[in-house]
Amino acid sequence: MPSENLAITWRRMPERYRLVGTECQNCKTAYFPARKLCPKCRRKGRIVPRQFSGRGKIYSYTEVFAGPSGFELEVPYLLAIVELEEGPRLTAQIVGVSEKDVKIGDEVEMVFRRIQEDSAEGLIHYGYKFRMRRRG
Amino acid sequence: MAVAVGIAGYGACVPKYRIKAAEIARVWGEDGARIEKGLGVFEKSVPDIDEDAATLAVEAARNAIELGRISPQAIGALYVGSESHPYAVKPTATIVAEAIGAGPALTAADLEFACKAGTAGIQICMGLVGCGMVRYGMAIGSDTSQGKPGDALEYTASAGAAAFIIGREKEEFVAEIEDTFSFTTDTPDFWRRQHAEFPSHGGRFTGAPAYFRHVIGATQGLFEKMGTRASDYDYFVFHQPNGKFPLEAAKKMGIDPEKVKPGLFTPLIGNTYSAASPIGLCGVLDIAKPGQRILLTSFGSGAGSDSFSIRVSEGIVEKRGGYKGWRLSDYIAHKEYLDYALYAKHRRKLKSL
Ligand SMILES: [Zn+2]
Repeated sequence: MPSENLAITWRRMPERYRLVGTECQNCKTAYFPARKLCPKCRRKGRIVPRQFSGRGKIYSYTEVFAGPSGFELEVPYLLAIVELEEGPRLTAQIVGVSEKDVKIGDEVEMVFRRIQEDSAEGLIHYGYKFRMRRRG
Repeated sequence: MAVAVGIAGYGACVPKYRIKAAEIARVWGEDGARIEKGLGVFEKSVPDIDEDAATLAVEAARNAIELGRISPQAIGALYVGSESHPYAVKPTATIVAEAIGAGPALTAADLEFACKAGTAGIQICMGLVGCGMVRYGMAIGSDTSQGKPGDALEYTASAGAAAFIIGREKEEFVAEIEDTFSFTTDTPDFWRRQHAEFPSHGGRFTGAPAYFRHVIGATQGLFEKMGTRASDYDYFVFHQPNGKFPLEAAKKMGIDPEKVKPGLFTPLIGNTYSAASPIGLCGVLDIAKPGQRILLTSFGSGAGSDSFSIRVSEGIVEKRGGYKGWRLSDYIAHKEYLDYALYAKHRRKLKSL
């Protein structure tokens, strides 16, 4: 499996480990992943880091039967576009459920999981996935 | 204790998947009912393919922060005790710190002492917090333990985590830690060599000279140190490698088994190793009333026990009441069973995985 540049892995840890994105203080738009420039405000934008709550809804999803290398043990798994309650959408795995258990609009919350490992001797990559929110 | 120290937040995490002892017994041609009865364990937790000691520790830590309402930036020390750290060299504690948003002004380390590495972390945090070196310390016990296929340990070795934030502001306590006492000897009851996938153990030798001697030695040592006795406590939480040993230890010390049962979770989730007695403490803290006293004694093979005398504080009512995250009872109820084939895949027991 091709391994990611270590510096990139390291730089993205706040984003992947705990959903740190950015927000434009001028127009109050939240960005995930982080943006350095607000496309709406351009030079007037004031970008600051923003910690996202990790709560959101399933916007769309699909079941993956033939995943990329490194995911052989996980198939079949659910891959979803999650809309965070702060607005941004991101793509992530939904864990602990199968296709019949989910529908569009279901509430989900972020969990911290292993994403993949470079090899048996390589780095272990961690990051966000989502699970169904506890009911009641 | 010179300065009052206490638990300002706590949280647990148990994976969703379970396998029944009877299902493991079926594969190895054993009598499931006899195993259940002999071990007092009916099912155990199994981590998902993407869970390990670091991910379980992160989830327990996040729960502790939410319940405790403590800023991760105020945590000055973080220790993760485990016998299944994901890396041989590279700390789990740094992964947890980054994931909860603690540091970089932070001291951190991984601890190992079989099943008592989590409580060893609590003691280190008590020292650092008590002497004023840090404002809050976080101690976590987390494991995804493995038993050799077909070995007796396979019926119990499971996965879970528990995290505690130790502080010294009395008004923030959910419980005060009144005192601690440890009992440690060199006892070869259980070990795993570097690069070995599964542990080796001394079979029946793990009982009397190991578990019982240390659990009873630490518990009675704490009684003597503090001038307390069994009747002073409302709950006892002992390390729980199976469902039987904690009740037997209680019997040997003249402790009412009804005081042990509320903190005994191994029958439902198996032996979560470094998290076993810490998860028991989380379960008791979820139900205990202010003023009640809890005696916690861990056990780690090799061997040692740490005992703690804990008094539940008034502050627990508000923190527990306002907590919206997952409680131990949620994790225990939220489960899905695996058969042995799926379990083998989850635990990567097949050589080619
Ligand atoms: Zn803007």
